[in-house]
Amino acid sequence: MNDGPPVLAAPEEYEEYFEATIARDQRIEPRDWMPDGYRRTLIRQIAQHAHSEIIGMQPEGEWITRAPSLRRKAILFAKVQDEAGHGLYLYSAAETLGADRADLTERLIEGRQKYSSIFNYPTPTFADVGVIGWFVDGAAICNQVPLCRSSYGPYARAMVRICKEESFHQRQGYELLRTMMSGTDAQRQMVQDSVNRWWWPSLMMFGPPDENSPNSAASMAWKIKRHSNDELRQRFVDMTVPQAEKLGVTLPDPDLRWNEERGRHDFGTPDWDELMRVIKGDGPCNAQRVERRRTAHEEGAWVREAAAAHAAKQTARAQQGAAV
Amino acid sequence: MTLDATTRTAALALGDDALVLSHRLGEWAGHAPVLEEEVALANIALDLLGQARVLLSMVGDEDELAYLREERAFRNLQLVEQPNGDFAHTIARQLYFSTYQHLLYAELAAAEGPFAPLAAKAVKEVAYHRDHAEQWTLRLGDGTDESRERMRRACGALWRFTGEMFQPVAGLDVDGTALEAAWLASVTAVLDRATLPVPEGPRTGAWAAGAGRQGLHTESFGRMLAEMQHLHRSHPGASW
Repeated sequence: MNDGPPVLAAPEEYEEYFEATIARDQRIEPRDWMPDGYRRTLIRQIAQHAHSEIIGMQPEGEWITRAPSLRRKAILFAKVQDEAGHGLYLYSAAETLGADRADLTERLIEGRQKYSSIFNYPTPTFADVGVIGWFVDGAAICNQVPLCRSSYGPYARAMVRICKEESFHQRQGYELLRTMMSGTDAQRQMVQDSVNRWWWPSLMMFGPPDENSPNSAASMAWKIKRHSNDELRQRFVDMTVPQAEKLGVTLPDPDLRWNEERGRHDFGTPDWDELMRVIKGDGPCNAQRVERRRTAHEEGAWVREAAAAHAAKQTARAQQGAAV
Repeated sequence: MTLDATTRTAALALGDDALVLSHRLGEWAGHAPVLEEEVALANIALDLLGQARVLLSMVGDEDELAYLREERAFRNLQLVEQPNGDFAHTIARQLYFSTYQHLLYAELAAAEGPFAPLAAKAVKEVAYHRDHAEQWTLRLGDGTDESRERMRRACGALWRFTGEMFQPVAGLDVDGTALEAAWLASVTAVLDRATLPVPEGPRTGAWAAGAGRQGLHTESFGRMLAEMQHLHRSHPGASW
């Protein structure tokens, strides 16, 4: 610590100090005073981010036992392991705000907290593993790199570690697709089919359009979020189009074209009704994803109880030993 | 490296053990009782898969060997192909196997045979697997009444598959009797600390000791292979 925060007397001063810290682009840390709304927004966002990592293990985890080469199997194991690790960092970051991991897990399995809409889509073919790496991790990077400068310190620091690993996954996903595209006709068709299924859901990962995004204004004012949904979506499209060309696949959007004037790509409108349905729980895999998480949690209860009981016994024994 | 036929047979046996157990642990992804165990089980599986890839590559093409052999050509222990069951079952399997593998690899690492380089690296990984299994055996055995009962049942159910580990394997220059004695002493000590009884009864496997090493497997193994090999077999000659 250097000088540390000044000693403040009145609530107005706390608020002023908070606002000034944000304005100076300095970080808010767990012991700092913060407005309740800031705390609540952050808990919600970080928890949903953590839940997304954990639920996100499922669509790819589906393919661990069927991966068609040992190398791909090893890559998948490592990726799913990283995702569990990301979930752990993020739950820790949420806990610095006074949330409790067990409570957040309850909220997830009771449907009171959400996770990324994208993980409610199924992975019927192995190409989906590559496309998830390319699109979904690519979109996550667009979203998350700016979060490395988020105003809340623990969140920003978690994102630095996570982004490094995500970009590694993205490259691996793209590399799988390149291998498949230089393979058999069946493999190429599998890739194109997967691209067709995942493109629009990936654009929806950035959330609703700006004029319809209730939490954005506050998040941007507090510098939790750095860019609007539409801006990030545009960046993703601009980044992905040349990659698609290089790969030799088409993106399923007849309105997609380069706009010379803007120096950016124009593209069609995602089906926002579909996004609303998926967010409200009515997507293709919502029920099964949450059910699987619930089952793992419930079936694991006796294991967690055993660990707690054992730890308590060990503590009691140590105290007894010390007393003797 | 050109290996003689018996060394290749032994590499296949050790490689298949690691491959099959890694696959079983992969079935836990997204199902583990706590997130820390998602990480731990994937980590162990990844270590085992790494070992399998080195060992199978000593014999031939790793993917051909993994994906194109039939059940009867696999040389793994019946222990490692046993279904996961509950978490206690998985831990009992890990305890039995990692103790064996740790003792075996320590011996192979100390010798100068063809497995010494692999064993020297693997023994460090396996020491961690063994510690993980022992810690969980203690937690579950000396935890709640329910966890003790589950752990007791799991240790008992898998006991009959443990004798196979000490049958001689051509090309593997180890003293099976000494290995077995060390294994029994170690497992007994862990079970004692976990307040669990040492299981009684035969340790001769489903048909006979050594069956898995001869390509005779238990029923669930064929289904496991069907899942593992399906995509690879559906696209002959494709690379991934």
